[in-house]
Amino acid sequence: MTEHREQPEGLGRFGDFGGRFVPEALIAALDELDAARTEASTDPTFTQELARLHRDYTGRPTPLTEVPRFAEHAGGARVFLKREDLTHTGSHKINNVLGQALLTVRMGKRRVIAETGAGQHGVATATAAALMGLDCTVYMGEKDTRRQALNVARMRLLGAEVVPVSHGSATLKDAINEALRDWVTNVEDTHYLLGTVTGPHPFPTMVRDFHRVIGDEAHDQLRQVTGGLPDIVCACVGGGSNAMGIFQRFREEPSVRLVGFEAGGEGIESGRHSARFSTGQPGVLHGAATYVLQDEDGQTLDSHSVSAGLDYPSVGPEHAYLRDTGRAEYHPVSDDEAMEAFALLSRTEGILPAIESAHALAGALRLGRESGPGTVILVNLSGRGDKDVETAASWFGLTGEDAAAADEHPASQTHPPTEGIES
Amino acid sequence: MSALDRVFRTCRDEQRAALVAYLAAGFPDNATSREAMAALAASGADIVEVGVPYTDPLMDGPVIQDAADRALAGGFRVRDLLGNVEAVASAGAVPVVMSYWNPILRYGPDAFARDLAAAGGAGLITPDLIPDEAAAWRAAAEARGVAPIFLVAPSSTDARLAMTAEATRGFIYAASTMGVTGARTSVGAGARELVERTRAVSDLPVCVGLGVSTREQAAEVASFADGVIVGSALVRALGEGTADGRGLAPLQALTAELAEGVRQR
Repeated sequence: MTEHREQPEGLGRFGDFGGRFVPEALIAALDELDAARTEASTDPTFTQELARLHRDYTGRPTPLTEVPRFAEHAGGARVFLKREDLTHTGSHKINNVLGQALLTVRMGKRRVIAETGAGQHGVATATAAALMGLDCTVYMGEKDTRRQALNVARMRLLGAEVVPVSHGSATLKDAINEALRDWVTNVEDTHYLLGTVTGPHPFPTMVRDFHRVIGDEAHDQLRQVTGGLPDIVCACVGGGSNAMGIFQRFREEPSVRLVGFEAGGEGIESGRHSARFSTGQPGVLHGAATYVLQDEDGQTLDSHSVSAGLDYPSVGPEHAYLRDTGRAEYHPVSDDEAMEAFALLSRTEGILPAIESAHALAGALRLGRESGPGTVILVNLSGRGDKDVETAASWFGLTGEDAAAADEHPASQTHPPTEGIES
Repeated sequence: MSALDRVFRTCRDEQRAALVAYLAAGFPDNATSREAMAALAASGADIVEVGVPYTDPLMDGPVIQDAADRALAGGFRVRDLLGNVEAVASAGAVPVVMSYWNPILRYGPDAFARDLAAAGGAGLITPDLIPDEAAAWRAAAEARGVAPIFLVAPSSTDARLAMTAEATRGFIYAASTMGVTGARTSVGAGARELVERTRAVSDLPVCVGLGVSTREQAAEVASFADGVIVGSALVRALGEGTADGRGLAPLQALTAELAEGVRQR
């Protein structure tokens, strides 16, 4: 069992990972943010307001749902889903966003900027900005604006400006670069509402702490049903915020296996994946020392995933620490496996998961079959799949002329078209 | 006395500021970028910044981003920059490298300091590495006689200015405005104040970058700083000249104008 440190050492260090690898111009703002969030965390006016918003606006606590028909495919394991898909805006992202938006107001700033991959964090940020009367600009990779067009429209309806980023790989990493450029230029009146557990200190710690409510609730809910702890906790890991949120409560419970699933894309051998822990090396990206998909010159490699939210070449530094210390393990799940789990949960339980979360579901199926009957598996269902309907329909050939053929071949047995979803 | 110390002493003796000129290595290709950097030296640049193209240049505006993309698409390798460093040194200017941290980390900080020194490089500017995170790099640089050059910004507190100056060798890079690289119509009143605040805590030369593109701006900055850093405007001149058949002529002309500017103080 790894020694658990409540606060990271030094400047936001998790062992060799974390830190602040950003231009000097941002240090004053990071210090201001660190002071504000530390002070707020013990200020009842802040904590009570956040709790009230979570109850009356987010819809917390979210339910814990046992899914027996899905679990029939998981080797006799009992599978429980933490239903972050049922929050307002449809994903766990709102937990962190409301916390940071309240901090923005507290710091006297009037504008927020954010990056988004799948659009979940962008939608949550646009929502909180509307609620609190803040100006909002969301940076999104141009490739992602195409595959998540519905979320682009949602953000615009909520009053946010959405800026497509066409530089580089035109995905999440480039959206973060552009958001950082905006921040360094406008830092005086702007807060960068970063959506995951990476970036310079204090973001990894702060975002984790705003999400720990997921694991806290799930722990108590599961105990009421089973009387005990889960054997395994599963979550998908892009940047890794939903995973840190559900892992946090169980870190000090040595009997609980913590397992993160990253995007294996078209397979590790294909080179088209986002499996940082399978092939990445320690390095620095977006302000944090962590595992990075990079070439031998330290240039960032393009990542790939059917899921825009997991399509990211780096990972939160605390995950790197949990992995290297052995407290958590990380495995890749391919696009095919994730889409199979997506279809299975939809058909057996009537729940359309986000494709990101479907990676965790696929992992749960795999671990259930390995672990045998009676294993209790807690899965963080981090988001709902409404945004992914078009991607899934195209993947399974359910649109237009393909639809008739698909009726003869049920979705869960249909193999994906090789041209993928970017066409 | 280091090469950087000598160049600033010469400038002081001549009662002028130093011209610090940036180009990206590998842009538009390796051979041309070396000729262009030598041309900077021949046209009046005192110090040449050899920029390392990087996939995620979060402190750079569109001009330098595009140059980096083009260099990387052309197959630029980090080790190629040593040829640029040698070309600058041969042409009589003092070469320093500017790089985001991950390429240096991957190369190995000690190996990089060793190879940079061997090629004649005088220092390394690190836009995303602050002294707080740089213990290993500072030790490697010290051991090889390479200057670690850190940045200060208008938002830096006095305590951080002092700490950063303490960790820096050669010269301090003062980012004139809050923002990324790229030409601006005005350099910003904040630059003068930042230089004054930095001088209050350090005897090192202070060079000002971000936004300078004309002789007039160079002269203005030269009136209060020890050096004037120009990047995007030179990258654009090189890109336009090589694209429209004028070759290095626009780059040489702009460099000569800027060199006049730093003497107009």
